[in-house]
Amino acid sequence: MTEPLIFELGAPGRSSSFMPECDVPVAPVEEMIPGGLLRRTPPPLPEVGEPEAARHFTRLSAYNHGVDTGFYPLGSCTMKYNPKINEFAARLPGFARLHPYQPEDQVQGALELIYRTGGYLGEITGMDHFTLQPAAGAHGEFTGLLIIKAYHDSRGDTGRRKVIVPDSSHGTNPATAALCGMEARQIKSNGRGLVDIDALRGALGEDTAAVMLTNPNTLGLFEKDITVIAGLVHRAGGLLYCDGANMNAILGITRPGDMGFDLIHLNLHKTFSTPHGGGGPGSGPLGVKSFLEPFLPTPVVAYSAEGGSYRLDCNRPLSIGRVRSFYGNFGVAVRAYTYIRAVGGEGMREISQNAVLNANYLLALLRGTYRAPFDRFCMHEFVATPPAGFKEAGLHTVDIAKRLMDYGYHPPTVYFPLIVEEALMVEPTETESRDTLDKFAEAMLKIAREGLEEPRLVKEAPHSTPVSRPDEVTAARKPVLRWQPAGGGGVV
Amino acid sequence: MRYVLNTGDDRREMLQIIGAGDIEDLFSDVPPEVRLKKPLNLPGPMSEPDLRRHMREISAENLNLDDYASFLGAGAYDHYVPQIVDQLLLRSEFYTAYTPYQPEISQGTLQAIFEYQSLICALTGMEVANASLYDGASALAEAALMACQHTGKKRVVYSGCIHPEYRLTVQTYLRYRGIELVEAPEAGGITDSQLLEGMVDSRTAAVIIQQPNFFGCLEDAPAAGELAHRSGALFIVMADPVSLGILKAPGDCGADIVVGEGQGLGNQISFGGPYLGFMACSQKLVRRMPGRLVGQTVDKEGRRCFALTLQAREQHIRRDKATSNICSNEAMCALAAAIHMTCLGKEGLRQVAGLSLQKAHYAHRLITSLKGVEPSFSAPFFKEFAVRLTEDPAAVNQRLLKDKIIGGLDLGRFYPGYSGHMLLCCTELRTGDEISRLAAGIGGMKND
Repeated sequence: MTEPLIFELGAPGRSSSFMPECDVPVAPVEEMIPGGLLRRTPPPLPEVGEPEAARHFTRLSAYNHGVDTGFYPLGSCTMKYNPKINEFAARLPGFARLHPYQPEDQVQGALELIYRTGGYLGEITGMDHFTLQPAAGAHGEFTGLLIIKAYHDSRGDTGRRKVIVPDSSHGTNPATAALCGMEARQIKSNGRGLVDIDALRGALGEDTAAVMLTNPNTLGLFEKDITVIAGLVHRAGGLLYCDGANMNAILGITRPGDMGFDLIHLNLHKTFSTPHGGGGPGSGPLGVKSFLEPFLPTPVVAYSAEGGSYRLDCNRPLSIGRVRSFYGNFGVAVRAYTYIRAVGGEGMREISQNAVLNANYLLALLRGTYRAPFDRFCMHEFVATPPAGFKEAGLHTVDIAKRLMDYGYHPPTVYFPLIVEEALMVEPTETESRDTLDKFAEAMLKIAREGLEEPRLVKEAPHSTPVSRPDEVTAARKPVLRWQPAGGGGVV
Repeated sequence: MRYVLNTGDDRREMLQIIGAGDIEDLFSDVPPEVRLKKPLNLPGPMSEPDLRRHMREISAENLNLDDYASFLGAGAYDHYVPQIVDQLLLRSEFYTAYTPYQPEISQGTLQAIFEYQSLICALTGMEVANASLYDGASALAEAALMACQHTGKKRVVYSGCIHPEYRLTVQTYLRYRGIELVEAPEAGGITDSQLLEGMVDSRTAAVIIQQPNFFGCLEDAPAAGELAHRSGALFIVMADPVSLGILKAPGDCGADIVVGEGQGLGNQISFGGPYLGFMACSQKLVRRMPGRLVGQTVDKEGRRCFALTLQAREQHIRRDKATSNICSNEAMCALAAAIHMTCLGKEGLRQVAGLSLQKAHYAHRLITSLKGVEPSFSAPFFKEFAVRLTEDPAAVNQRLLKDKIIGGLDLGRFYPGYSGHMLLCCTELRTGDEISRLAAGIGGMKND
């Protein structure tokens, strides 16, 4: 049932090349390029015809589970439906066929779209300015921490090197602190899964650069004391950073900017319906309060009312510089803009209401069989742990995840957040129907029974997927990271 | 809201089962003082026909490369994207999936990435390639950090002929890491080899060049590689993947790490993004590599399959000790590149590179024979070259636009010393006629 590698298909001399004949006078290559820099043999690429290539990649696609194939309740990732009109918009020649260095007067529509998208995101989050340059959430965090560092430095406050993160935070938060030459300090959550105010108070000090929080947090719980937290952080001279991964819970209901956050990154591929694409491209716009605007990456899109035109402002002496080339993942921004216009203001609120409703409904159906460590309403996602008796039967969260595949579902996020042992993190999103949630709950409850009655069935799952569980230990111990022709040398 | 499926009845019944009276009850943890008191100030929802019209209108405010022949390059290239690439990208099993954390139901993405990694290795002549990074600029910055981690040294020497935006990105990434960044100046459109030699010493972690460089000129890559290795530094090459259809693979020029902007491989030019940064390295560096890696293994029945591997390098396992903070890659862009490289194949890539080379050199011959136009440099070049004009490049471009030609980049934008010089690029898509019109426009003449 497995598909050959592309290198194992085709035949010598076959190609799908579609190049025209050369219509200009030709010169010998050796006269143009020094011999020492020329390739002697062509690169060993495959030799297949277009029909073979089409079939190969189409077959590969069939081995994937996507949101369009079935329910995908992957917590923290917001796997909502990707509207098809977004794909149409991003492919319009007026967007897809633009060179980033065309003069500003040739790309007014593109600049306007960036400007307006930033404005809408500002309204949604309560922030004053947005940059669309970061290519992903983690890239937005990086941009944000650099801005925080630049801000403190600009005030001569150069001793602030610590970034405080809760133990429930995404791994990108402490990793980003390290990338910025800062030190991550982790604080424990309290028994209710929230920031422990005393622990925070103890950690804050003159060395605090920032506190990074997700709200609602990765347990799907809203940090009720957020204004108290913001007050503490600010009194200590630190800034409060919002990891906006969970924005889908609070659109039109509350805004990080009103809670006291100074910066936020969004994930357009989560909240704003752009495709996850098998792992990217995403987009991680960063929003800031006015006092941080001078530090935003260069360039920013500015609007001049007199001329009624948009331009790229590169003259920004306090800017942190660039975090990548050009202006960010523009094609992703086009999709997010399309989505925001399709949904409108009131629609935003409906999104979050239904995302939270769906999560609570699923939690209600599972509670009692699966254990929920925090007994309260959740936001857009919740964390559960395996049913009673599973541990004794030698069954773990991973086994539940694998067995769900046999029922046609993508499993929830597993073993995250790290503070809940055997965590299953479930995020249904607003684009699922009650019917789907009922059927998923049924499968979960059935697995709970199977685990006790027929543990091997669960332990050895999945049984119906194109491949069964891969040997990941050998994969890491003796990595084979590329195809090589038979006899093409050792394992690499 | 058309993307929500719950009806009013659904909502009522669901709330009942939850044990909540009203949907607002579910938000009781949100304190009143931070509740939004008024509706979001956003435009109202749009029907799909209206939205379609609106998006077409905004897009029509831009001049696009279907209607205009562009001679802009400088890191974003108008190479042909065959129809099959976009058709396959529209398979929603690919684009609506996420990171293949669950290999049993992600073999499509995993195998495609494994093929992409293998294709990048084939192209660059390296042993390992990762699943892609954000873009060429950030890939270069990650490579510099990787070299410092591997060598334990804190000094990086890079060429001043590297794309200015890439250099700015490297500066940003290295700023707070206590790494000294030294720039080898440009002379005659290439890195000044004598000055470069004086800058590389035993404290140097890496020597970085771009090939072809920002000016389109070819560097003496093998010599720079030897220089780096003599001092115990790693040699990092930033390569144009399309050029590798005819240019010697960086792996054969002594490169330890190869990075580059992969846009030219089947990705739309799209106003600068999304693109992909590719990264390849020698086997000994693999555990220092940032980003995702797909490895081949077997399942319980012994069937070949693929899974994410060496994840102990990554942030979701190692948190602040990870090799990078990177979580996502640019999987769809990498898929586009894989399909593109597959369809071009052995011969096709050579054709694309050869056509670009021929057309650029033809344009160079034509334009430098015009009165008042001088070649900026005499170094050999691939598909881009610079010329000095007697007229302001912006004015020349204005004239060209009337003939539906988008001219070149004013080099003064990035190199004040080269103001009045124009950087021009020809891909395989530029026709002889377009090149003649470009030359006519630059010469101030108008063809009938």
